[in-house]
Amino acid sequence: MPEAISRETVAKVARLARLDLTDAEIERMTSQLAGMLDHFRDVDALDLSKVEPMNQPIPLNNVLRDDVVAPSLDRDEVLASAPAAQDGRFRVPPIIGFEE
Amino acid sequence: MSTAKQLIDGWELVVGLEVHVELATKTKLFSASANRFGDEPNTHIDPVTLGLPGALPVLNRHAVELAMRLGLALNCRVQPCTFHRKNYFYPDLPKAYQISQYDQPLNVDGFLMLPGEVRIGIERAHLEEDTGKSTHFGGAEGRIHGSEYSLIDFNRAGVPLVEIVSRPDIRTSEQAKQYVSELRAILLAVGASDAKMEEGSMRCDVNVSVHKPGTPFGTRCEIKNVNSIRAVGRAIDYEARRQIDIITSGGSIKQQTLHWDDAAGRTNVLRTKEDADDYRYFLEPDLVPLAPDTAWVEQVRSALPPLPAVRRETLAKLTGQSKESEAVAVVVERGQDAYLAEVAKVGGDAARALVYVQQAFAEEAASPRVPAGDLAALTLMEKNAKITATQAKTLLAELVAKGGGDVIALAKSKGFEAMDTSALEALVDAAIAADPDAWAKFKAGEQKAMGALVGAVMKSSKGKADGKAVTALLQAKANA
Amino acid sequence: MATRRTVIDIAAGVSSGALSASAVLEENLAAVDAREQEIHAFNLVTAERARERAAQIDTDVKVGRKVGRLAGVTIALKDNMCTRGVETTCSSKILAGWKPPYDATVVRRLADEGAVFVGKTNLDEFAMGSSTENSAFGPTRNPLDTSRVPGGSSGGSAAAVAAGFAAASFGSDTGGSIRQPAALCGVVGVKPTYGTVSRQGLVAFGSSLDQIGPLSSTVADSALLMEVIAGHDPLDSTSIPQPAPTLLNVLDQGVKGMRIGRITDMPEGSSPDVLARLEAAFDALRSAGAQIVDVQMPSMSFGLTAYYLVAPAEASSNLARFDGVRYGLRVDAKDLNLMYGATRAAGFGDEVKRRIMLGTYALSAGYYDAYYGKALKVRRLIADDFAKAYEKCDAMLTPTSPTVAFKFGDKTSNPLAMYLCDVFTIPTNLAGHAAMSVPFGMGEAGLPVGVQVLAPALGEAPMFRVAAELERNA
Repeated sequence: MPEAISRETVAKVARLARLDLTDAEIERMTSQLAGMLDHFRDVDALDLSKVEPMNQPIPLNNVLRDDVVAPSLDRDEVLASAPAAQDGRFRVPPIIGFEE
Repeated sequence: MSTAKQLIDGWELVVGLEVHVELATKTKLFSASANRFGDEPNTHIDPVTLGLPGALPVLNRHAVELAMRLGLALNCRVQPCTFHRKNYFYPDLPKAYQISQYDQPLNVDGFLMLPGEVRIGIERAHLEEDTGKSTHFGGAEGRIHGSEYSLIDFNRAGVPLVEIVSRPDIRTSEQAKQYVSELRAILLAVGASDAKMEEGSMRCDVNVSVHKPGTPFGTRCEIKNVNSIRAVGRAIDYEARRQIDIITSGGSIKQQTLHWDDAAGRTNVLRTKEDADDYRYFLEPDLVPLAPDTAWVEQVRSALPPLPAVRRETLAKLTGQSKESEAVAVVVERGQDAYLAEVAKVGGDAARALVYVQQAFAEEAASPRVPAGDLAALTLMEKNAKITATQAKTLLAELVAKGGGDVIALAKSKGFEAMDTSALEALVDAAIAADPDAWAKFKAGEQKAMGALVGAVMKSSKGKADGKAVTALLQAKANA
Repeated sequence: MATRRTVIDIAAGVSSGALSASAVLEENLAAVDAREQEIHAFNLVTAERARERAAQIDTDVKVGRKVGRLAGVTIALKDNMCTRGVETTCSSKILAGWKPPYDATVVRRLADEGAVFVGKTNLDEFAMGSSTENSAFGPTRNPLDTSRVPGGSSGGSAAAVAAGFAAASFGSDTGGSIRQPAALCGVVGVKPTYGTVSRQGLVAFGSSLDQIGPLSSTVADSALLMEVIAGHDPLDSTSIPQPAPTLLNVLDQGVKGMRIGRITDMPEGSSPDVLARLEAAFDALRSAGAQIVDVQMPSMSFGLTAYYLVAPAEASSNLARFDGVRYGLRVDAKDLNLMYGATRAAGFGDEVKRRIMLGTYALSAGYYDAYYGKALKVRRLIADDFAKAYEKCDAMLTPTSPTVAFKFGDKTSNPLAMYLCDVFTIPTNLAGHAAMSVPFGMGEAGLPVGVQVLAPALGEAPMFRVAAELERNA
């Protein structure tokens, strides 16, 4: 397994996860994650070279649905739960830093 | 491999295209909301579309069928496949991940033929869900930059897409345009999509790089969302030049994502939602693998209609035209080739019919209203010189306007009959006599002077004269 | 503890007219009035709706209309199951006040059979925890000793049954979140085979691990509830295409001739009182005619590592949708990214943030193979261990929890200490098998001990047979 997780990595992961962590939180998170990841080294003892990953516990495949329209949710009901709505749409603050 | 004349100042252009196509299903890829364009915002929504907590995706069988049709029409191999989550944050992405296909896509290893027997490899054509639509307010031209807020409509979120990824086999902007055009024709032919670039049901991202032949490929830039075939050509031409200029002046190409500004005729750097993000792909736990059995694949394959390339060949043989001619391409694109075959079958002249259909049937459906027999009759009248080309055109317009008719009766009612040669010669002589100046100039070699004489004959014949025959007569007399 | 009405008795009584659904409900609501302030099993008590429903059922019975298999049965639902028009918060600030526009499939099936919903129960935020101390709305207290935790994450659901607030409840189990609180509160708790019960409408935590399951005071009650909620759901692609298992009719079959596995290399660290009860459970089954067989599960102790990489990875993706755009909390900010960051920082508690961070890291570029990828392989090893073990036995027994209910704050200083609570329950989720906890006597301080019955995938019938036998001998 890789080396112990660094503060910089934790800060990067927090950005990736869109979590604003305070400096104190990043400190604490770094040591807690490092502790956990250290514990997880126990699996290094296993020989996994010939083992296939198991993503799903049940061997199903080809689950499909007919192409039949079902009624939409009511827009007013949905937008009533929205943090901000305008003109029948969800409103968000400006998306700076990106272009489309 | 580029021919010498395809190189730009000795540089070889390398282009790959990623085309996203919206499938023509009734419902979305993973939920039963309607797949419709242009309706009031947020009127085709459900828990899956909105990414509500607890919502689960269920795969649309018809989307799989259309994706297979598309893949097989592109000569791909259909294989067992899986779905992955592509994780990133953006307001038009309701779950903050897109369900797509990653290392095991549905269709792989196909190809598409361009005119001149040019083969463009298709790496993959996989299924994924579309995002919603963001509209930005407060910035210039509705762009994100400088905007004050954005409004999101989720009608499009979850619409089934197939992403078709070409290999970087394209070497000219013309080939790129042909690729998009042919791809579109195939999509329409198999009924997979209505492929309307102007409505966004077909979107092109263009990857461009340049290199000196014999050297490794250069760094490529991606131009996103180029929304017309013409823009594809222009964007590639511009970008190739931009890259060549940078390299030849000692610079190097940075791998960037670009936006094509068609009005300004240039590319601009974008920092898109996908830059600087790590997608953390992992297998979608809410879906199970998709492994279409051989029976299904073969059923789809055998139900494929004849593809545009085959239909163009057939029409070309029928009409004696080149399979790469515009008339053949246009008529096949409109789906009117079957009609033309019918016209030939009932005895019509196929070559003439091709011209008529190309010129006058633009507004007609794949099955035009004019009965094949009527059109056949018209072709024969012109072929047998019973009417002139000009008269045929007039009758054709009548047929289209009326949705058919008895061409012989129509011709008679208009007094259309081709003039016999001696009557025609008399009119020509009269015109010469009436305008000795023009005759003299024409005899002296001024081709332009013929116009006045031909015009005079057309007038005196009340349009019955065949312009071509008049010209031939004048020429013969001048040479005599 | 007064004898409470069972699900089976209520359903039989109400549908025959002998019992009034409204009267049954009032008994539960009286218990709520008496102790809910102290216990805090619920985020929301839906008394008025429940009264309307109970009255409706009584009317239906009176006029001879058909009523369902759960007529008048009072049910509490874990607050991560979507209930249309009724707040569903996952005990998180990020969903405080959110009312889903749709019902979970399980909720619909229960309602269709005449269940009366008493309310939405408290949980560790987003089902992440083993003590319900991670709820953003305050912990739930163990009704048997209010200085102790009820377990988690379905602590509220377990407490509701133990305290008589409802005849039965439903929870969700990703790494033990039904079974462990059931054990700590002295009730029955079932995690069905993965794919047996629909996950549609269950707010996802670990998608390849989650299952909804019942908590009840008797094994038979859980059997009936399983018959009602299980079975194929076309809205869940991971739903097994089979009808619900029939379980009520196996309960009296006994265990004669069954082979029960004892895992000789199971993880250490259980307290002696728990181990003593486990022994007594083996003795009881042996006396009842079962054969006890030694089996080995060499990879079992690696389950914790595999689980604490797989589950947070899936969770980090599942919880990304809580971004302040379409529903739930939004903390306004100058631009979108600031809004995301501020909303999620304010909306999620520490444990949730920790697991999102762990999961994001485990999936990130350069680390996938070392963490998530590796964990999926360990998962395979554990599944293989189970397969080998089940060649030699029909079911296995372990403790459900290494200890009886612990005191508040005992395990909150070190996240790993809390994770160890699930060492016996996690492997079943990884393999996708079935398991249930059955109360089997008392341990330290007079607190209940739960014995876990494990069975292979779709082995609910043998599992319930064993459970019923244990219950007879408890």
